[in-house]
Amino acid sequence: MIAIVDYGAGNLVSVKKALDWLGAECAITSDPEEVGRAGKIVLPGVGHFASTETLERTGLKQAIADSIGRGIPFLGICVGMQWMFQRSQESPETRGLGVLQGECERFPASVKSPHVGWNQLEVEPSSRMLRGVPSGSFVYFTHSFRAPLNGATVAGCEYGGQFSAAVEHDHLFGVQFHPEKSGEIGLRLLGNFCAV
Amino acid sequence: MLTKRIIACLDVDGGRVVKGVQFENLRDAGDPAELAKAHSESGADEIVLLDISAAHERRATLLDTVRRAAKQLFIPFTVGGGIRTLEDAAAVFSAGADKISMNSAALANPKLITGIAERFGSQAVMVAIDAKRCEGTSSWEAFTHGGRAAAGRDAVEWAREAEASGAGEILLTSMDRDGTGAGFDCELTRAVADSVRIPVIASGGAGGAQHFVEVFRQGHADAALAASIFHYGFSRLVDLKEEIGARGIPVRRPC
Repeated sequence: MIAIVDYGAGNLVSVKKALDWLGAECAITSDPEEVGRAGKIVLPGVGHFASTETLERTGLKQAIADSIGRGIPFLGICVGMQWMFQRSQESPETRGLGVLQGECERFPASVKSPHVGWNQLEVEPSSRMLRGVPSGSFVYFTHSFRAPLNGATVAGCEYGGQFSAAVEHDHLFGVQFHPEKSGEIGLRLLGNFCAV
Repeated sequence: MLTKRIIACLDVDGGRVVKGVQFENLRDAGDPAELAKAHSESGADEIVLLDISAAHERRATLLDTVRRAAKQLFIPFTVGGGIRTLEDAAAVFSAGADKISMNSAALANPKLITGIAERFGSQAVMVAIDAKRCEGTSSWEAFTHGGRAAAGRDAVEWAREAEASGAGEILLTSMDRDGTGAGFDCELTRAVADSVRIPVIASGGAGGAQHFVEVFRQGHADAALAASIFHYGFSRLVDLKEEIGARGIPVRRPC
């Protein structure tokens, strides 16, 4: 079973709908015990980085960290991916999960922010999550902060400079864009995660 | 490269798409769910469904329509029309919409924008501005209630306030151009797009590929929306994007 973690930030229906479409068994939950029992975890997220503090207060952060420690596959989407890093300039006092090194940052003033719309991926072919997703594929973004390129980057994207559109490290996966809103390409990626 | 979005709009009344539709190969050319899927498959970057009936007794029908359309739609999906409270918005989101669009209710109470943005994120809140040029000037007034009531507000100034209140996008319709096919109002679009940092979706007046090119180049629009232009067949949208792309505007093409 895939747990879609609900911490009160945004709308999780679209993610559930996409996983349902793929035939994956999944449930939206805010219960740390249920998250702890799940075979896979998806952490969506919209809005402000500070909203992830709820994860800490509710015990969900601990449950997620424990599961990750046991090798359970994890997928962070949008702010859910940013939370995998140590922190974000959006809310410097909020601690992320810290499984990836670095800090999420603002877009430079040279481009409009937020970055909204369909943009292209430059894909690292060894990625498991992006198997069957060619470089140049379009996916849907909507965000004001971004993760820099780092050792875990498996897809880059260009908007006011290169940033991490997708990260992958062992059984940890993250995407800045919304696979549930990225048509066939997004469904392929989610299908790959389900098959991990 | 970030592409310019081409958005297909469905005007829905009592659960049926109301503009003249001539899609082929559809079992039911007036069914919003089928049309939304057809538009998505023919290359629309996003779908907007506007409930123009908005009569209270029809809300249940709308939610059912949204649910059916959302089920097989994996691109961004916006629903507007008659959303007056946080609860209305929440119901539309749980039916499967990714964004809501508000006009009259947002103008009457900009705090509603803030409330919905705090709960669902700014990216989920589109503020629709219906603007009409004040005759002989380069200023535009905002209208509400489907263009029937003047709001007594300058459209550019209201767009700024909507952004400050938490709106994530502006859906800007030129009432002067709407339905004419004479091209978008590039001057209006540019005035708003240059005044805010959030994306501006131009609407009203699309008649051909050149109009889209103009509103992206001269109007500084981030996206453009049209309804009737897409209702002549699936291939039109594919061809339209091809033509816009050939004129140097970055658009999404299927891989």
